[in-house]
Amino acid sequence: MNEIRVLVPVGMIGGGFPEATIDRGIELGADIIAVDGGSTDSGPHSLGTATPKTARAAVARDLRMILPAAHGAGIPVVIGTCGTSGTDAGVDWMYDIAKEIAAEHDLHLKVARIYSEQDASQLETFLDAGRIRPLAPAGPLDAATLRRCSHIVGLMGHEPLAAALDAGADVVLAGRATDTALTAVMPLMRGLPAGPVWHASKIAECGGLCTTKPVSGGVLVTFDKDGFVIEPLDPTAACTPTSVAAHMMYENADPFRMREPAGTLDASRANYTALDDRRVRVEGSRFERAEQPTIKLEGAARAGYQTILISGIRAPNVLARLDEWCDRVIDYLHINIDKTFGLARDDYDVQIRRYGHDAILGAAEPDRASPPREVGIVFIATAADQETATQLAKFANPLLLHAPLAGQEALPSFAFLGSPAETERGPIHEFVLQHAVDVQTSDELFRTVHSELGS
Amino acid sequence: MTTLGDLASVVRSKNAGPFWITIDVFLPDRASYDRAIRAAITDPGTLARMYAVDPEQVKVFRLPDLLAVKVSFPRPNAQGSRAERDMHAGQQYVPLLDLEIPE
Repeated sequence: MNEIRVLVPVGMIGGGFPEATIDRGIELGADIIAVDGGSTDSGPHSLGTATPKTARAAVARDLRMILPAAHGAGIPVVIGTCGTSGTDAGVDWMYDIAKEIAAEHDLHLKVARIYSEQDASQLETFLDAGRIRPLAPAGPLDAATLRRCSHIVGLMGHEPLAAALDAGADVVLAGRATDTALTAVMPLMRGLPAGPVWHASKIAECGGLCTTKPVSGGVLVTFDKDGFVIEPLDPTAACTPTSVAAHMMYENADPFRMREPAGTLDASRANYTALDDRRVRVEGSRFERAEQPTIKLEGAARAGYQTILISGIRAPNVLARLDEWCDRVIDYLHINIDKTFGLARDDYDVQIRRYGHDAILGAAEPDRASPPREVGIVFIATAADQETATQLAKFANPLLLHAPLAGQEALPSFAFLGSPAETERGPIHEFVLQHAVDVQTSDELFRTVHSELGS
Repeated sequence: MTTLGDLASVVRSKNAGPFWITIDVFLPDRASYDRAIRAAITDPGTLARMYAVDPEQVKVFRLPDLLAVKVSFPRPNAQGSRAERDMHAGQQYVPLLDLEIPE
């Protein structure tokens, strides 16, 4: 019987999972362990600076639960989007951790590193050849945007992962990869049908989130020629038809159709059946092969430097006129920054966020009726360089500390958090690419290096 | 007057990649689902005004088998930009809780 079992212990490495998870999955016959290493969800900083979001010790703890067990069972491990954003540095970071664990546990491992960073000038030649297309809601790409990026990655599908496994890798450490490719690779290598494979991979990539106990550990997916079965590894948790079907909604703009490099998953006609009180079988998912395979790009460009100042207001008479107070501060700054620094309005940005009032929803905040009891004030200065941002925060300091309102106390003092009052945040970034490259083969943009760890 | 917050079992929002926000509404039973899909939660114009986005870009999905509604729209500001208020878009669903649901 052609069945493949994929163990996904957690939605992102570093997130932690119960110790028994891996052993239980191996007992149930896992053929491969697949874990995602990152996402864009926490913003562009990781890609912009090529640094990971997760604590190294947390990632090492999780990898330590995985590598020795996988090695003992003779099954491979695939980790995608290493270092949160899948940069080349992220892959090397994960490789270092794997090297330490291999040494600690005396493991001999064949490791494939698959790099996904793209060179802006190479992408410019693709752009000139008409090979780069925008994805909604982006417009056409211009070369200047490519050049502004600190780092650009291409999202690999399963093909480079499959090539690495075929070449004998025990552990594949991939740069930026689609979340689904990690789970999909082995069943696709064994010729199982694409529809159920991609659908299951979409559901399994968050580990236990498709179960009744999202934080209790991962899932095991069993693929066969007609569909798949998904079950939680925690024996006290359950997958139900609803919990599994509902997970297609999670973090997807469209709950039915999802694009991969090779084509589009259509889950609209899938049916979900409870095999028992904790396992679900899914059949009926389809995959539409694209005529033109594409690789999606992600790029982060620097968007200035920031310095913030955190304060608080508890005085009821000021809170009753909070908008007026904030407007006075900002208006004063706009007039005097020009005079004192000679900066034009376009060269800097100053703003105040009011936690406890409308910091989170901004203009969409529906409830402005009653003044809050207490407000956290976060002043944010953004400028082209760190020193200017900090000078602007220092300039705003006396206002944020003492600005009065007409008819009230002439020199109030508000509640600054610390000394120094201002905190430098470093560079901020923005994602600037929502574009895909037409490719002839799905692995042409990626580079694989094979090596061995341990003796 | 019943609001969506009164009627729904779960309302949640999240990023769907760096350029889209997606909001899911789960209703507890068929009757609530039928009421909800007739209400402004499925009107692109209402959502566009609430979130200051282009109504042409608002996507609405009705999922009767799951008793759920999904709405997605492009992020009004680039993720992580100086205008960012909610990096993971985790709290942006809250204004929808006040949407009035007719009988």
